[in-house]
Amino acid sequence: MKWPSSRRSRAAEPVSNPVARLVLGPIDAAALAAEVARPDRGGVVSFVGLVRDHHGGRTVIRLEYSAYAPMAEAELARIVSEAGERWPAIVAAEHRLGSLAIGDAAVAVVAAAAHRGDAFEACRHVIEQIKARVPIWKREYYADGSVAWVDPTAAAGAAPAAAGQGPSR
Amino acid sequence: MSLAAPATVTLHVLLFARYAELLGQDTLTVTLPAPATVGDLIARVRAEPGGTGLPARVLAAVNLVQASDATPLAEADEVALLPPLAGG
Repeated sequence: MKWPSSRRSRAAEPVSNPVARLVLGPIDAAALAAEVARPDRGGVVSFVGLVRDHHGGRTVIRLEYSAYAPMAEAELARIVSEAGERWPAIVAAEHRLGSLAIGDAAVAVVAAAAHRGDAFEACRHVIEQIKARVPIWKREYYADGSVAWVDPTAAAGAAPAAAGQGPSR
Repeated sequence: MSLAAPATVTLHVLLFARYAELLGQDTLTVTLPAPATVGDLIARVRAEPGGTGLPARVLAAVNLVQASDATPLAEADEVALLPPLAGG
């Protein structure tokens, strides 16, 4: 997927220590946003991905995320750093692992920039890259007692043996 | 010992999620004739019990970086076989 490249060549400042974490407990998106806020950053965009109660026409009751943790953390950091080089924005991201309930925050991305355009673009870019590149897997537990590994590359992004269609994400 | 390159490479293979279920384990130690590539390793893992369930294309990472089938493998490399990513 291609996103428009930055009009400016440099981040507002070098990102020496990207905020990119795997966490086992609840995600606090407001606290994450506070980590990138600064008086000269007038636009902050937050994306929070929540556990949805349905997939492919089936009722989801909970799910479990697992990861290849060392690579996932490294890849998250690379993605956040790349965004900081491409946009004059600073981005922070967290992804939760373990067992999650419906409505729990699974992932949060916050981007802060002087102006909203860069913040929106950097935030969107980072969440799309997380989905495409970070080695994390999702196991869905359904109301009918069945369990499946989610495969977004499968036809329609549907759960195995799913009957319904519905938007996949 | 001769000065010739080692005749084999031994790899630490990590399996995750559905692939760990298919193979019934989450780590394997595999020794291949040198020189070996990621493609050679995947072919070997397919021959393991349960390995025929792997899809036609398997994503892999070598030492924490995504690799292709042509990526060469060195002694003691960590090779992870990654099912379709589903984060976010």
